Amino acid sequence: MAEHQKNVDAVTGVSTTGHEWDGIRELNNPLPRWWLWTFYACIVWAVVYWIAYPAWPLVSGYTSGVLGWKSRDAIEVQLADLRTQRGAFAQKLQDASLAEIEASPELLSFARAQGRAAFGDNCAPCHGTGAAGSVGYPNLNDDDWMWGGSLEQIQQTLLHGIRSTDADAHVGDMPAFGRDAMLPRPEIVAAADYVRSLSNLPVPAGVTPDLAKGKEVFEANCAACHGADGKGNIELGAPNLTDGIWLYGSGRDAVIASITNGRAGIMPAWGGRLDPTTIKALTVYVHALGGGK
Amino acid sequence: MNMATKVERLEEPEYDDDAPLYEARRKIYPIAVHGTFRRIKWALLIVTLGIYYLLPFLRWDRGPNAPSQAVLVDLANGRFYFFFIEIWPQEIYYVTGLLILAALVLFLMNAVAGRLWCGYLCPQTVWTDLFQAIERMVEGDPRERREKLKTASRTQRVFEAAAKHTLWLMVAWWTGGAWVLYFADAPTLVWELFTGTAPLVAYLWIAILTFTTYVLAGHMREQVCTYMCPWPRIQAALTDEYAFNVTYRYDRGEPRGSFKKSEALRAAGVPSGDCIDCKQCVAACPTGVDIRLGSQLACIQCGLCIDACDTVMNKVGRPAGLIAYDTEMNVERRQQGLAPVAKVFRARTLLYAGLIVVVGGIMVATLAMRGSEGVSVIHDRNPLFVRLSDGSLRNAYTLRIVNKQSLPRRFAIAVDGVPEAQLEVVGGISETENGHPVVEVGPDQTYELRALVSTSAKLPASASLPVTFSVTDVIGGETTTAPDHFKGP
Repeated sequence: MAEHQKNVDAVTGVSTTGHEWDGIRELNNPLPRWWLWTFYACIVWAVVYWIAYPAWPLVSGYTSGVLGWKSRDAIEVQLADLRTQRGAFAQKLQDASLAEIEASPELLSFARAQGRAAFGDNCAPCHGTGAAGSVGYPNLNDDDWMWGGSLEQIQQTLLHGIRSTDADAHVGDMPAFGRDAMLPRPEIVAAADYVRSLSNLPVPAGVTPDLAKGKEVFEANCAACHGADGKGNIELGAPNLTDGIWLYGSGRDAVIASITNGRAGIMPAWGGRLDPTTIKALTVYVHALGGGK
Repeated sequence: MNMATKVERLEEPEYDDDAPLYEARRKIYPIAVHGTFRRIKWALLIVTLGIYYLLPFLRWDRGPNAPSQAVLVDLANGRFYFFFIEIWPQEIYYVTGLLILAALVLFLMNAVAGRLWCGYLCPQTVWTDLFQAIERMVEGDPRERREKLKTASRTQRVFEAAAKHTLWLMVAWWTGGAWVLYFADAPTLVWELFTGTAPLVAYLWIAILTFTTYVLAGHMREQVCTYMCPWPRIQAALTDEYAFNVTYRYDRGEPRGSFKKSEALRAAGVPSGDCIDCKQCVAACPTGVDIRLGSQLACIQCGLCIDACDTVMNKVGRPAGLIAYDTEMNVERRQQGLAPVAKVFRARTLLYAGLIVVVGGIMVATLAMRGSEGVSVIHDRNPLFVRLSDGSLRNAYTLRIVNKQSLPRRFAIAVDGVPEAQLEVVGGISETENGHPVVEVGPDQTYELRALVSTSAKLPASASLPVTFSVTDVIGGETTTAPDHFKGP
């Protein structure tokens, strides 16, 4: 008691903790009652929460809580809300033909927005986020289409893929003329030089192309698919060899490599993986990138 | 004591360093006063609250495609309507301008007559005034109230307290209710609120504002002004010796003394002050200060002490105006036998007024000259350019066309700056104007489109040509442009 009496602050009459720092003493005020009750309420709340909701990690799993709440279920609810929200427009998109979508500004912008998201999720790994492609993966922004660039043709390609496992996939076969010993090396080189001359590509220094021989080889072996004029055939996926766009590169070595080893790039069929409305949105998005016919 | 002695103001007692820093709340129950400033305050209270509560119901015809509410913050559609003005989100700088104007007007008020804002116009003051009036109406004047604490039955006191808080809550609830009406069509929302079909957020905001009004105006009152508000601190730094303030003219008032005592002194030819120390100025003060200690932080300069003092001065047969709008400097000057000065036009008032005119002028000018259409453009980042099969180059852009008029308009799009440029707009373009694609933009809407610009001209290496997209109203002819670049390899 005497000890206690000593530790009383003269000004406020409140007892102090007895600690002193450079003449400053700490008042021993009790915690406000409201604060304590809030604190106890928080503890009770925490215990209730542990029982009701998933809380404690166990060795293989966790306490799931008596309410059975799951974050996955919560996501499902949100997704359902999203579908309801999109409802009217999504239905319109589902019902409209590709041409109708293209003609309606609001449907077009809705489809493009949805297509952009689907493209980022599914197509960007090969074609790039901006659909600019890379060697072996076509640039979808340009106007050169091996399998056709109309809305229906793009949709067909998306649904069934190219050289995929789908029964209706586009199948074109560029033979490996060199590897399979169908043509000797000099003829391959002559054909490559001839093909490059079709689109006026510069001839590397020190090379004297034998265009006459190349033309002969081309007409005998290549024209069947690529056409006598080299302008290709979208039925067979045979690229136009007279334009400025080269999927596997326009250099002399690259063209020789293409003839020697053949080319057989694969695009998966998306028909079974994505729902028809998403395919539609993707079709419109790709078509609207700028190259659509 | 002889006549030449300078009269000094009674100063506040020295601050006690050993006293605790915390001051316990002193409940303030101001008395009712009658007079000029009380009438001004009633008038301003009715006008300001009238505007606040009724403005949402005022209609303004904007044609068929726009809301008909005169003042509406349409958050869902990102529009702010104020009579004939419509503000889009990107024009938020008008709000900045308004805030700058508001600050300058505050400065000007302060330079002319002190805390006019605090005393008459601030919502905290106006609502507190109203709540105190309700309190006096239910529980009586402070004197009556004190009596009741001793004499009235417990039942009566409980009933009165309940009545007071109910009335307060009703005012607070109406305050919150009026607030949400600024964010939706008022008559519709009122109907929805009463039928229980209004959005949850409306009820939530009403609840929040009911709570804040009830707490701030009913319970916290002068504590807000004294402890929470930054303006008293700022205005203390802005004021000068010429600014009129509610001032106790101690040159006239001191030495104070009871009415009888000062009458006796006067009869004996000894000078005596007019202040009879009746403390009515303190009793009338909504913040509980003693104005006779000079202008101070807690004084909101509402002028109610002037009314209280004038009433007393009339009763004791002394001239009114012992407390009045005056300056500290004039008190000094009168004592030196000099004429008081009232200098309203001085450097700072002229500067503030000039700035108000300039800022207001800029705002009016930009508002008057702003276009009713707009266009912004973003260049595709990936890919920057595309080589087409015929060897030509193409850049893609996203354009957003803005139509601020309340009717649909058609715009022709053109591009300039690239040789042999060909412009193509993605989507079904059914119409052209002089070869330029035309799109229709709905009333008060924007329209986003993808524009492709191609050229077969030979460009220099790493070309980056400045291009200009222009959007022209097919009928009105109004043109807006947006710059960008055309990139090449």
